[in-house]
Amino acid sequence: MAASTTISPSTSFVANKNELGFSGFVTSRLPSAKRFGGGKPGRKVVAVMAPPQKAERMPATTGSVKNAMTMTEKIFAKASEKPKLSPGENVWVNVDVLMTHDVCGPGSFGIFKKEFGQNAKVWDREKVVVIPDHYIFTADERANRNVDILRDFCKEQNIKYFYDITDLSDFKGVCHVALAQEGHCRPGEVLLGTDSHTCTAGAFGQFATGIGNTDAGFVLGTGKLLLKVPPTLRFVLDGEMPNHLLAKDLILQIIGEISVAGATYKSMEFVGSTVESLNMEERMTLCNMVVEAGGKNGVVPADATTFEYLKDKTTKRYEPLYSDGSARFLSEYRFDVSKLEPLVAKPHSPDNRALARECKDVKIDRVYIGSCTGGKAEDFLAAAKVFLASGKKVKVPTFLVPATQKVWLDLYTLPVPGSGGKTCSQIFEEAGCDPPASPGCGACLGGPKDTYARMNDAKVCVSTTNRNFPGRMGHKEGQIYLASPYTAVASALTGYVTDPREFLQ
Amino acid sequence: MAAASSPSPTFASQSTSPSPRPAFLFNRPFLPSPSNLSFSSRSFSSSPLAPLRCFPFRRTAITVPCASAEVSSSAKAFRGLCYVVGDNIDTDQIIPAEHLTLVPSNPSEYAKLGSFALCGLPSSYTTRFVSPGATKTEYSIIIGGANFGCGSSREHAPVALGAAGAVAVVAESYARIFFRNSVATGEVYPIEVEDRVCQECQTGDEVSVLLEEGGGRLINHRTGKEWKLNPIGDAGPVIEAGGIFAYARKTGMIPSEA
Repeated sequence: MAASTTISPSTSFVANKNELGFSGFVTSRLPSAKRFGGGKPGRKVVAVMAPPQKAERMPATTGSVKNAMTMTEKIFAKASEKPKLSPGENVWVNVDVLMTHDVCGPGSFGIFKKEFGQNAKVWDREKVVVIPDHYIFTADERANRNVDILRDFCKEQNIKYFYDITDLSDFKGVCHVALAQEGHCRPGEVLLGTDSHTCTAGAFGQFATGIGNTDAGFVLGTGKLLLKVPPTLRFVLDGEMPNHLLAKDLILQIIGEISVAGATYKSMEFVGSTVESLNMEERMTLCNMVVEAGGKNGVVPADATTFEYLKDKTTKRYEPLYSDGSARFLSEYRFDVSKLEPLVAKPHSPDNRALARECKDVKIDRVYIGSCTGGKAEDFLAAAKVFLASGKKVKVPTFLVPATQKVWLDLYTLPVPGSGGKTCSQIFEEAGCDPPASPGCGACLGGPKDTYARMNDAKVCVSTTNRNFPGRMGHKEGQIYLASPYTAVASALTGYVTDPREFLQ
Repeated sequence: MAAASSPSPTFASQSTSPSPRPAFLFNRPFLPSPSNLSFSSRSFSSSPLAPLRCFPFRRTAITVPCASAEVSSSAKAFRGLCYVVGDNIDTDQIIPAEHLTLVPSNPSEYAKLGSFALCGLPSSYTTRFVSPGATKTEYSIIIGGANFGCGSSREHAPVALGAAGAVAVVAESYARIFFRNSVATGEVYPIEVEDRVCQECQTGDEVSVLLEEGGGRLINHRTGKEWKLNPIGDAGPVIEAGGIFAYARKTGMIPSEA
């Protein structure tokens, strides 16, 4: 790839090989006399506290050479109440927030009840966030029943944060974007969710990853989970962001570089001047697709941008953690962003990277702009920018699915810079796009057959979503080109996969 | 949004058994079958790698063809037909998203999930994992390439495979959430192999998977070839205990059921 000036992974900074070896299971014990999950009255807690280690200073304030740790390691150390730890260790981690939605919530609640008892109570009614978002605008009976299951459980457990869909004032939309907008993402914390794109929240400098129903059922009862400390891959992104690139291009670049399994069991840390220049939603896009590289979690160090974003969203105290200067990383990758070009991931893999301009002969049938990856306000503002620059109409059906209610409202209220006061929705309408649809996951993952914009025939689609494996958006023979909002709009305007520089100078 | 006139939601567990669940249910690492989900009492061998399938139980209410995994008395081997797939088999191919309205902890929906296992594979896979019209698979062992189970964190993926009748996956590598979910649910045993066995086996070959101290072997009975399997690694103690809940009880992290 001509523009790539990426340097291959440098030698690892691991000083001592043994540090990364398995140190076996660490069975830390419970603090005394805490009841977990309720259950039968009079049940005694079997665990007792082992003699507490003389906890010196908290890992975050250590900052010393002796026990240098990466950001993810520090978050693990804090959450497992250990002064230090190393990649490979299995530790019991305290969970700050557990998120679930309509697809996995019912199963998780079922397991919780099965394991802890019908009358069990969740470990903390304020730390569970339940967000229906996947199959909520469908006639499918089971899908609707699943939302009922969520509602019944939340009522019974008095869950504080249940964003029900019956009352529109409560309804949020895509869980990962809603979590951020509602102030549930905070630096230094541990956030687990029953969805692989929970890693999105790493943009806030926290450990966030996806888990299955059984693990979630366990967390519901105990507030803890056994997790293995991942080693960290560091991605240093420097250089001024060209005006035709977005965070989506950066992450597609990285995934193309290391492959869909390049970060398996690892943490991906994103640093550098370019990352620092990104706003929160762009950082979320970056971390969102960490799972597409197999990554366990992604992190961006919290900074002024983070704190500013959080100011009006949460009053909870948080403690940002940062990698020590001498922390050991498994590998480091460096990118000169100023030399990168707009990309796509061709069918059928997120690592099937190609330059957008080299795909200009690929005729397309439709464009989809939406999802946690590419349906945030910033994504739509970016899309509007290209439409403005072009002034033309789309040549193919162009579907717009705002991720959340808030984004939907933004489309209709936020003025687009340089447009003379027009809103995104006006610009989209003038360009001939379909009207913005109800917020949610939409057709990103296909879903029930009546899902808006679902690919029910074998079509070619340029999409701002996160996966393009066979059948992802519905039809098995559908061809999905993953791209940034800039590239998606450029493609909509020509009817072919198109580099946005055709319109953005 | 259509208001659902649905029956009141049920959890599988509501229908039967008292709570909490007896501890012995979780001595067995892998025991998924619809009848198990009604939590009837069972006893298990205390061997660390107890039989992965209690075959007679799985046989109930199965339509032909079905996976016939022979379980040896030493409880460390299973033998059956294999189904071969390639690299990067993602969760959407294992269980397409449109079927995710099925709740795994609900017994009838659990079975239905099984009928859709691997139905997302492209049509280039002319032999389907579950034959059209069937609810179970003939193939108890899945042989895969790299990065098996990549994509979503949906637990429906290993559940669908297990519900269909698979007992194990033998692949070069796994995506971590799928691996974790397999261990947590006990639905399929996620075994790692170094070699490119997916290119040396064909769907329908009879194979044996032998789990031994420090690893094990995969044997293809059609070709006679044998490959070494990687040891189970960190997941071992969790599997041996019988899953995350049993492990947590064993190590005192959560109260034992009494």
